Amino acid sequence: MSGVSMAKTYDERSIWWRVAADFLHSRIAVGGLVVLGIVVLAALLAPWITPQNPYDLLQLDVLDARLPPGSHSSEGGYTYWLGTDGQGRDLYSAIIYGLRISLTVGVGSALIAAVIGTLVGLVAAYAGGKVDALLMRLVDLLLSFPTILMALMILAYVGKGVGNVMLTLVLLEWAYYARTARGQALVEARREYVDAAQGQGIPRWRILTGHILPNCLPPLLVIGALQIARAITLEATLSFLGLGVPITEPSLGLLISNGYQYLLSNEYWISFFPGVALLAAIVAINLVGDQLRDVLNPRLQK
Amino acid sequence: MPSVGVEMTGWLLRRLLQALLVVVAMTLIVFIGLHAIGNPIDILIGEDMNQQERLAAIARLGLDQPLWRQYLAFVDGALHGSLGRSFVYQEDAVRLILQRLPATMELAFAALLMAIVVGVPLGLFAGMKPEHPVSRTLMATSIVGFSLPAFWVALMLIMVFSVQLGWLPASGRGETRALFGVQWSWLTLDGLQHLLLPAFNLALFKISLVLRLTRAGVREVLPQDFVKFARAKGLSPTRVMLMHVMRNTMIPLVTVLGLELGATIAYAVVTETIFAWPGAGKLILDSINSLDRPVVVAYLMVVVVIFVTLNLIVDLLYKLLDPRVRLEGAR
Repeated sequence: MSGVSMAKTYDERSIWWRVAADFLHSRIAVGGLVVLGIVVLAALLAPWITPQNPYDLLQLDVLDARLPPGSHSSEGGYTYWLGTDGQGRDLYSAIIYGLRISLTVGVGSALIAAVIGTLVGLVAAYAGGKVDALLMRLVDLLLSFPTILMALMILAYVGKGVGNVMLTLVLLEWAYYARTARGQALVEARREYVDAAQGQGIPRWRILTGHILPNCLPPLLVIGALQIARAITLEATLSFLGLGVPITEPSLGLLISNGYQYLLSNEYWISFFPGVALLAAIVAINLVGDQLRDVLNPRLQK
Repeated sequence: MPSVGVEMTGWLLRRLLQALLVVVAMTLIVFIGLHAIGNPIDILIGEDMNQQERLAAIARLGLDQPLWRQYLAFVDGALHGSLGRSFVYQEDAVRLILQRLPATMELAFAALLMAIVVGVPLGLFAGMKPEHPVSRTLMATSIVGFSLPAFWVALMLIMVFSVQLGWLPASGRGETRALFGVQWSWLTLDGLQHLLLPAFNLALFKISLVLRLTRAGVREVLPQDFVKFARAKGLSPTRVMLMHVMRNTMIPLVTVLGLELGATIAYAVVTETIFAWPGAGKLILDSINSLDRPVVVAYLMVVVVIFVTLNLIVDLLYKLLDPRVRLEGAR
């Protein structure tokens, strides 16, 4: 018995080793991974690596508003390396804190949507018939319309705010996971190991959760990575349009939006630097996701 | 072959019914959902009104009726092309949307045209010479093109071309000229200059898409026998390219671009807001912010109908263009 489980863990480990080794083959993907690591680390360590808490209004000095990059604060305490925004916020601090919000919203909504979507997909594949048809028509309906249109519609219902933006993202994203999970589950259900498990008298739901679900995970992982990037972009866009986070706690999108009014008077930095941070995060995630897809897709493996 | 005709008619009827069901489903979702938006009575009717004026205003706007009655009135109105009056503009909501729609359409078509003119040649090159450094650079750049947040690119375009260089205007439609009773920007030089930045902003994502699709299509078609045969016959490379490769690459491209047009109209919300382009997208954002319910509903319904119609046309074109799909349908 222990020999069997040993063999299993060894086998699984070697598969993930191979995935990791394949992943490291692409230099550009490794670059993406490094940037992503830095971005995540910066967001996690925000209070310790920033000179200012940008959400604490007492720490902001209006006299320091709209200072160009490299200026010194009027108190002489520190240098604004990336300049300040219209409220006198240190842009560097605001960007790091903004990254926090963007990543939380993006990753959080993607995880919730992944759980819900996978569950719906498996239920559809398991139940089949009318339930399956109904759920998949719903998925088709959701996916056939442009995301921004659906997002505007949902936000028009539920109103503004971080929680509502997350709700909107979950409502839009679960369908991608559901479609993938269902398709993959139906493919896996025809495999021999499922027949073997059925022959052993293992109940269907156990086969579904214990055997089929783990084999659905690689494609779901790829979808997840790309969906996080999409979610971050969408949150930024909605916040930019004034439908997202409150002005007291700006995310990257809102920082960019606030800088818009100063852009015409050539004060570019308020919009420029938050955008660079946003772009770095999104490109890094997309590069990692692209490489994951190539590595995990058995058809592309040589 | 009469059976093909019968098959096609049956398919078309099924497809039409499906499209109708989608529209009906959307009216239900849109209508019920928008009632959760908050109480329009509090927002639209000033606090200085007395009780009697309040009730009169509520009755005039039809807000005192039960929900199902409001929905029936809504469907009835929708069939007559009237979805209520804008609370803010005091004008018919559908007419308001339709007045703004040409500006949005102009922007969307300009973006689509730009995507084709730039994306197809680049994609052909990347497909013909996949190992060329330029092709590799193009592919890497297209990932960035997919990742760039459109609203940020818009600001940077304004920063560079309007503020720094002062070459192009950053807001409005510029001088317009009437054609078929509608005002267009592309008919005047000033209008074209105003059109350039927002259209490019909207096109950026699509250029990447077209480039990748064209490249993938070329890579798929090139190794096939009919291309080799055409070459062996001694046709010039240009002729092989235009007659055989291009033609077979166009089918997926037309399909995707047809569907993209609907998405472009929806995504114009962002571009129009930044460039102060007076289209339907800017109107809908203002209406969401001021809780102008009839305009929001009218916009959603108009865009849904456009979208469903586009899908239908693309499906039909696809069936007509691709002989394989056509034969499959006839069987």
